Amino acid sequence: MVMAIIILSIIGLISATLLYVISRKFHVEEDARIDEIESILPGANCGGCGYAGCRNFAEQCVKATSLDTLLCPVGGNEVMQKIAPILGLQAVEQAPRIAVVRCNGSCENRPHTSHYEGAHSCAVVASLYSGESNCNYGCLGEGDCAAACEFGGIVMDPVTRLPRINPDICIACGSCAKACPRHIIELRKREEPRIYVACNNKDKGIIARKICAVACIGCGKCVKSCPNEAISLTDNLAYIDDKLCLACQQCVEGCPTHAIQIVTTDNPNISIKEKEAALC
Amino acid sequence: MELTVSPSPHIHGNLTASKCMYNVVIALLPALAVSLYFFGIGALIVTLSSILSCVIVEYLIQKYLLKEKPTIGDGSAILTGLLLAFNLPSNLPIWIVVIGAIVAIGIAKMAFGGLGNNIFNPALAGRVFLLISFPTYMTQWPLPGVSRWSYTDAETGATLLSKLKEEGIQWAGQIDIANLWIGNQGGSLGEVGAIALLLGFVYLLCRKIISWHIPVSILATVFLFSFAVGMGKMQGSLQGVSIWQSALDFALIQLLSGGLLLGAIYMATDYVTSPMTSRGMIIYGIGIGILTVVIRQWGGYPEGVSFAILIMNAFTPLINNYVKPKRFGRI
Amino acid sequence: MLKTFRIGGIHPQENKLTAQCRVTPVEIPRQVALMLNQHIGAPANCIVKKGDTVKVGSLVAQANGFVSANIHSPVSGTVSKIDKTANAFGIYAQTIVIDTDGDEWEEEIDRNPALNDSVDLPADEIIRRITQAGIVGLGGATFPTHVKLMPPKEFKPTALIINATECEPYLTDDHALMLESPEQILVGCRILMKAIGVEKTYIGIENNKKDAIALLQKHAGKFSGIEIVPLRTRYPQGGEKQLIDAILHKQVANGALPVSTGAIVQNVGTAFAVYEAVQKNKPLVDRIVTVTGDNLARPGNYRVRLGMPIRELIEIAGGTLAEGDKVILGGPMMGKAISNLDAPIPKGCSGILILNESHAHRNEPVACIRCGKCVSVCPMGLEPYLLAKLSERHLFDQAEKELITACLECGCCAYSCPSNRPILDYIRIGKNAVNQIIRSRKQS
Repeated sequence: MVMAIIILSIIGLISATLLYVISRKFHVEEDARIDEIESILPGANCGGCGYAGCRNFAEQCVKATSLDTLLCPVGGNEVMQKIAPILGLQAVEQAPRIAVVRCNGSCENRPHTSHYEGAHSCAVVASLYSGESNCNYGCLGEGDCAAACEFGGIVMDPVTRLPRINPDICIACGSCAKACPRHIIELRKREEPRIYVACNNKDKGIIARKICAVACIGCGKCVKSCPNEAISLTDNLAYIDDKLCLACQQCVEGCPTHAIQIVTTDNPNISIKEKEAALC
Repeated sequence: MELTVSPSPHIHGNLTASKCMYNVVIALLPALAVSLYFFGIGALIVTLSSILSCVIVEYLIQKYLLKEKPTIGDGSAILTGLLLAFNLPSNLPIWIVVIGAIVAIGIAKMAFGGLGNNIFNPALAGRVFLLISFPTYMTQWPLPGVSRWSYTDAETGATLLSKLKEEGIQWAGQIDIANLWIGNQGGSLGEVGAIALLLGFVYLLCRKIISWHIPVSILATVFLFSFAVGMGKMQGSLQGVSIWQSALDFALIQLLSGGLLLGAIYMATDYVTSPMTSRGMIIYGIGIGILTVVIRQWGGYPEGVSFAILIMNAFTPLINNYVKPKRFGRI
Repeated sequence: MLKTFRIGGIHPQENKLTAQCRVTPVEIPRQVALMLNQHIGAPANCIVKKGDTVKVGSLVAQANGFVSANIHSPVSGTVSKIDKTANAFGIYAQTIVIDTDGDEWEEEIDRNPALNDSVDLPADEIIRRITQAGIVGLGGATFPTHVKLMPPKEFKPTALIINATECEPYLTDDHALMLESPEQILVGCRILMKAIGVEKTYIGIENNKKDAIALLQKHAGKFSGIEIVPLRTRYPQGGEKQLIDAILHKQVANGALPVSTGAIVQNVGTAFAVYEAVQKNKPLVDRIVTVTGDNLARPGNYRVRLGMPIRELIEIAGGTLAEGDKVILGGPMMGKAISNLDAPIPKGCSGILILNESHAHRNEPVACIRCGKCVSVCPMGLEPYLLAKLSERHLFDQAEKELITACLECGCCAYSCPSNRPILDYIRIGKNAVNQIIRSRKQS
């Protein structure tokens, strides 16, 4: 009995000493601010900031000499305001952004020419062929973006088979934009209303129009109608610069194929017309 | 006109997962026939109740607990039920069989995520659970061909392996090996008929359901290891026979008795719980063989196949991780 | 015991429905479309303009750089359009469209069918003629042939291997070609041997084409250094690495060029095209295409002019297509399903396979039962189940360590999977992603 107590105590003592020595010897001096910043961050580890997880972001913040290029998209300006004083830096107010889908190729607008069967992945389809429609640039409808969204902010609309972004959830982390093999998702300024060209087709107008009823045909009408020169036309595709757009909506009215979308938060569903709710 | 487009390949072999399962069931039928012949009505009752309760347990769990589409049609629950029954004595009361089925399907299979995700062979996990929980029931073996029309009241006796353990190795000289081949021995209801089990093995090899690696490596290991043990222990050799001959007999008895053939051919080869590469399969088989002989010769139980397989099941992920197939270009 | 490759492989049902069909020439199409990117490498540069008249064999697009190929007009007529059109997979690319009138050939082309077996040109002239003729690998890979004939300086080729295995089920175009022109093929081999400076040629033929083996063996005696090697019928024997392994018993190391084993592999169709180009001055303007599968009145091996619409050829073979059918360019294992029937037949099209409703669909995938069949059939010794899982979970670093880039995409794994899992679909995603990662690593 006594022997057992003594032996156990000795073992305990030896282990404690060992642990102490090792923890001393291998102690890593780490900037305490990293922990502090990490505790402020939302902890979603989404990678939306461009770094591998929240801790990596915190390390980058501590290293940085200015916060211009660092933004936690989940926490937004609020979190950056809290981080700034810890580092003695000035937080830069970033305009909030939101993901938009630059394709309106619903089944009605863009008739299917084939039926895809196989793993549900846009990446597979993109490596295989043009997709179920003939459009080489538009949405493939298999939902890689929805799978990539850590927050469940994207659902594939069963009727249009296009992604639908929930503006209440989207924090513009950009992982959907990275996941899309056709690069149709863009992060744009979150404003009311948002106006953008919902098409990514760089083919000539005559081809684009044949493939999809709401394709941008590169006619350039919008470019002329814009009072602030916010619209440019490259490769038969118009693009609206969100920094210059005044939301006057003149381009929307003038667009012959209705490729330019106007979206408000009350109406997040990329204007799905009732009669389109068929097919597919 | 919309054509169908999909990635290559555009044709598929005609093997399906459920075909694999049903083929194993077919391969087990000769052994079932042997069992019905020697153990009579009891074998039938245990087998049917085991299969039924496994299927029902799986159905209930999938439908009411997991709320997913039941997949009892794939044959895996039927196979588990059959294999569980094969590992039970034919006089086991139905309520114990049902407990075994609940453990096999509910705990060993569904709790790990269902088909394809379980770590341990469900039927063996159920069997070992019963063996530890109900040792008296699980070690009363009906005598073969004696009481065909009685069930729980069948006349019982010890198995050959436990007798061998009690009486010592010299007793091996008195065993008639011919009885082992045809199945005239006490034991779990499916493990007795060596010829019938080997017949099923040949069938599975021909249908390319399993490869030879696991069964052959287990059987070879057990044979060689037992032979060595026999050579060591049979010092004062049996009357009239050389030590070589008696060690050979001993090794053959080890091969044909107990659950070794059933385990090596049908339980250890379970796809889900065995390694993926042929080299891994051989390592796994040798491990099972060594553990079996160690438990049989030096362990507390007379039979060790179930434990050996379950222990090696636990090593399967490790083997898969470290034993890679022969890569092209590295020969 | 016949030779074959040493790791993995399967033997799918052969279904060589058209094995007994002689080569049938097809009428000259009214219009052809020539896509400028129908080979691997840089798209060719168009050198004609709308309204130009061309003859059969006139150069219409010139190779753009070393890894590229010339394109010649397969008909005589007028260039009616140069614009983007959709290829068989619905991808738009620059195309030359020519309206046919008559069948007038360029003068320097020798149209006399008599065999010319004198190989007296020097190696560089042979390669020049092959380059000029726009020949690409006709087995389906469409890699420019002249590039393969000029391996990097550090490698010294020791043998030529002719791939006449035709391991894909259904396809018989190589088989028909061997039965029709055995001597031309052998002369083609002699020419290729001279071009790369080797003394030995092996022609690998699978044992399901016994008549072709016998016929080539009969003629091979007349040509020194050519050996016919019958091979056990096994897929994917036609894979370059597998064929080298089967015939020379040497395995190409991971990441190395096949020529590092000393072997240069060419398709048997390519050997024939080389004969025509060098001996007859005929550029690559036609090829044999197997039209086979379901619902065809006249399946067969057709000699067609390149650029003919796929739909027209199917009609000639008496095909009736229904909603949901699958049309495949190439064989059923590695061929690609198409969406656009109006697209032209490219240089690499060895067959058109039609699968009707009952064969066109995949079975519903169920849970992986870890049976290991995919591992045992993989001809590269990989673990397909693991690679698929890693790429499904985007664990590309680990996939790279597991050698995902060595995958041939032969489809043995998905073919053998009893759970019908789309193993190869996911491996492809992973392979593309890993290749991209490797590229970006090299750049930085």
